[in-house]
Amino acid sequence: MRFWRWVADHWVMVVGLLVLAYLFLPIVVVFLLSVNRPANRLSYDLSPSWTLEYWADPFGAAGLGAALRVSVGIALVATLVATVLGTLMAFALARHRFRGRATTNVLIFLPMATPEVVMGSSLLALFVTLRVPLGFWTVVVAHILFCLSFVVVTVKARLAGLDPRLQEAAMDLYANEWQTFRRVTLPLVLPGIAAAALLSLSLSFDDFIITNFNSGTTVTFPMYVWGAAQRGIPREVNVVGTAVFLLAFVLVVIVQLRSRRKARYV
Amino acid sequence: MADDLVLENVTKQFGGVTAVDDLSLTVPEGSFFALLGASGCGKTTTLRMVAGLEELSSGTVRLGDRDITGLRPYKRPVNTVFQSYALFPHLTVEDNIAFGLKQRGVKDTKKKVAEMLELVQLPAFGKRKPAQLSGGQQQRIALARALVNEPKVLLLDEPLGALDLKLRRQMQIELKRIQTEVGTTFLHVTHDQEEAMWMADTVAVMTEGKIAQLGSPTDIYEFPSSPFVANFLGQSNLFAAEVSGTAGDDLLLSAHGGRFAAPSSRAHSADGRVWLGVRPEKVRLALPGEDAPAGHNQVHGVLTDTCYAGVSTEYLLKTPWGQEMSVFSANAAAGEPLQPGTEVVAHWYPPHSFVLARQSGEGDEVMRYSADPLGVAP
Amino acid sequence: MTAFVGTTAAAPGGTAPPPPPPARRRRWLPYLLLLPGGLWLLLFFVVPSVQLAGTSLYDRSGSLELGYSQAFAFGNYGDAIIAYWPHLVRSALYAGIATIICAVLGYPLAYFIAQKSGRWRNLLLVCVIAPFFTTFLVRTLAWKSILSDNGPVTGFFRSLPFFPDDFRLLATPVAVVCGLVYNFLPFMVLPLYATLERLDGRLLEAAGDLYAKPATVFRRVTLPLSMPGVIAGTLLTFIPAAGDYINAELLGTPGEYMIGNVIDSAFLVRLDYPQAAALSFLLMATILVMVFSYIRAAGTDEVV
Repeated sequence: MRFWRWVADHWVMVVGLLVLAYLFLPIVVVFLLSVNRPANRLSYDLSPSWTLEYWADPFGAAGLGAALRVSVGIALVATLVATVLGTLMAFALARHRFRGRATTNVLIFLPMATPEVVMGSSLLALFVTLRVPLGFWTVVVAHILFCLSFVVVTVKARLAGLDPRLQEAAMDLYANEWQTFRRVTLPLVLPGIAAAALLSLSLSFDDFIITNFNSGTTVTFPMYVWGAAQRGIPREVNVVGTAVFLLAFVLVVIVQLRSRRKARYV
Repeated sequence: MADDLVLENVTKQFGGVTAVDDLSLTVPEGSFFALLGASGCGKTTTLRMVAGLEELSSGTVRLGDRDITGLRPYKRPVNTVFQSYALFPHLTVEDNIAFGLKQRGVKDTKKKVAEMLELVQLPAFGKRKPAQLSGGQQQRIALARALVNEPKVLLLDEPLGALDLKLRRQMQIELKRIQTEVGTTFLHVTHDQEEAMWMADTVAVMTEGKIAQLGSPTDIYEFPSSPFVANFLGQSNLFAAEVSGTAGDDLLLSAHGGRFAAPSSRAHSADGRVWLGVRPEKVRLALPGEDAPAGHNQVHGVLTDTCYAGVSTEYLLKTPWGQEMSVFSANAAAGEPLQPGTEVVAHWYPPHSFVLARQSGEGDEVMRYSADPLGVAP
Repeated sequence: MTAFVGTTAAAPGGTAPPPPPPARRRRWLPYLLLLPGGLWLLLFFVVPSVQLAGTSLYDRSGSLELGYSQAFAFGNYGDAIIAYWPHLVRSALYAGIATIICAVLGYPLAYFIAQKSGRWRNLLLVCVIAPFFTTFLVRTLAWKSILSDNGPVTGFFRSLPFFPDDFRLLATPVAVVCGLVYNFLPFMVLPLYATLERLDGRLLEAAGDLYAKPATVFRRVTLPLSMPGVIAGTLLTFIPAAGDYINAELLGTPGEYMIGNVIDSAFLVRLDYPQAAALSFLLMATILVMVFSYIRAAGTDEVV
């Protein structure tokens, strides 16, 4: 009966870990697929034949490298613009009281509540009406749009958590408004801005639906995967998927460990 | 003096609420001045207006001859030690202290920073980040960061509020030492009456946006000017009384059928309805058989509670008219404390009394019990 | 005392010059900060939304090449509902079921991380968002492998009694809902975690001290206090799930298609812009009505 006693005491943990396992299951499968030679081109099943050949030449599949480059380019431009514009808006909303503040908040919330298919299609209709040729730049415009709200929300949260006395202390110590911003506020908000930029980067890199509406003939990495899914997915896609996952995971864990070491003194 | 801090008719309203109400005040140069009051009395708002962090609704703030009312905080020769310190978490201790110097274009900050660290007795802590310091250490660094700018006035906003009792005592002594050493005017805001009395040369007791009384700690404690001050700063026994005449330098008072005396010099009001006050530690207890010294004011009563507190014993007694009176008795003599239920005579030397003005209506409720001669009414 | 050298030089003669009027905080500054981002939202969100509303009322007999005429054809909405009401219902149903499952799975996980994980907390949080590090499409395609007819999961069910030998998971509503749950579970866990983390553990101990059984503690203390997180989580899960069409496309068949699939094909394949626009607006309207009635029922407006 000791077993059941233990389960009764720890069922929350057991369920929690099972759910985590559920979240990780597909990632494990992606990794397994990346070291597995498929029985035939259209198969999604694991075959008994294991190989490292896809890891040796991840860009062997035609068009994969180019699609990745396009995705990275779009993500970088969109992140840069969205982070700058969003940070400015967050400062306005968190630091100032002005007419139209509530309306602005709703305007920022609405894109997050809009299904991607609606946002993508309405942008497409706009571009078609304006006779803007679809391609790299229309995708960038769309990505900036949906990243913007997330940046505003993230940076605003960081600003709200900032002790206003720190800014008062800077002013008290002879820093004017601009110097206070540059020497105190900005360095303290920077982690929030960095988090927002990383979020933008991953949102943009990952987006398929909105991109699909506005890309014309430009092929991003998700678009490439989508197109390939119709004719049988090259296993190299799983190599890229696993590699991106490992890279991001290791990066985040390192950042977490470093911030924990700093936090020990608090 | 040249650099007194002068507030003239200062008013601050937030929305419809008046936080500071037509307040005028002079803080002499070089003094240690405490603004004392309960939370919400307007003391912190007053401080923030001096710092320039809050705009005045009306009135002026002057430093010596100079009107600084409209100056932005970074143009004022005053510095603040903030509540919870507001040390910049991303800068080292040295950079925190050098912050104000650098803003003003001082080139060589090293020496001054080192001097300041010496002054607050943390010479080896320059390279640390604020998160690596204890509360008391952060407090000292906040002080150093403000003082290094050699302000005309140093503003302290409940600087010791976050420290535990023992550390607070230590820092009070430390603050007093530093103030004496640098000679800067300190304007200290606190809700802790003991802290204010320990440290300040002058205390201003604030309530509802106004100053209730201003003076040295002894003046305010020994001769409070209103029932509010009498009970905010320590405890007082107040009896509703009426002035019945004078005898030489003394006022004669009647209260609850008894006759009392108090020096005219210790009366804020010399006719009509008054409060007769006395501090609990000035009162002695005698058993009914014993004689109280001649000429002492006397109140009969029954002990209802005895609290032994080591250095002293605190008694509560009930008067025949049902009022509670407290008496603190130093445990200087040998013997057991008196037990509840004992009948006693409380008596005190008339010059320990003080007399305050009483509005009509105030205290009448207590007066009603005088109809109960046995003192058994609740 | 050293005199302060700087701006303190008092004017000779004792009377200081009148001070400058209190510096008016710059009223135009917030508008300047909002301008670029606001313009972006206006130009690429508000304008297209209005235009989409216009498009949804065009005469459907036009075409992209010949152009459309504005006929205020409200009939477009009726036509769209008649033709595609099963997809609308299916979207709401699948998204609703997926949201409930997400809440049931996500709550214990969020609670565990927030209250019980100690020094592993940050690592576990990273694990919750880890799936985001792999491309959405690649992850969803992995489910195709997991649920495939020859895979171990289907094989397990087939080996059980009462399950037919041709039992399958892929290309069924189960697979689609499973994919939706998987894709949107982190959106449920994160807001739940945020409120549960702030929950004071002493409150739960106090409830236990006052004779509440664990189930009662949960029902009367934990759950009510975490309601803001539950609401935010359900909305963040339901909204994208209702508009999603990738899971239906990859894990289902046309029999499981949701409203997103119809809008996608109306825009990109059939090129029937007025109908596609009408459907988009119907979807938006459905979601907004559900969101606001839900917020009202839950008695909070903290979400927006």
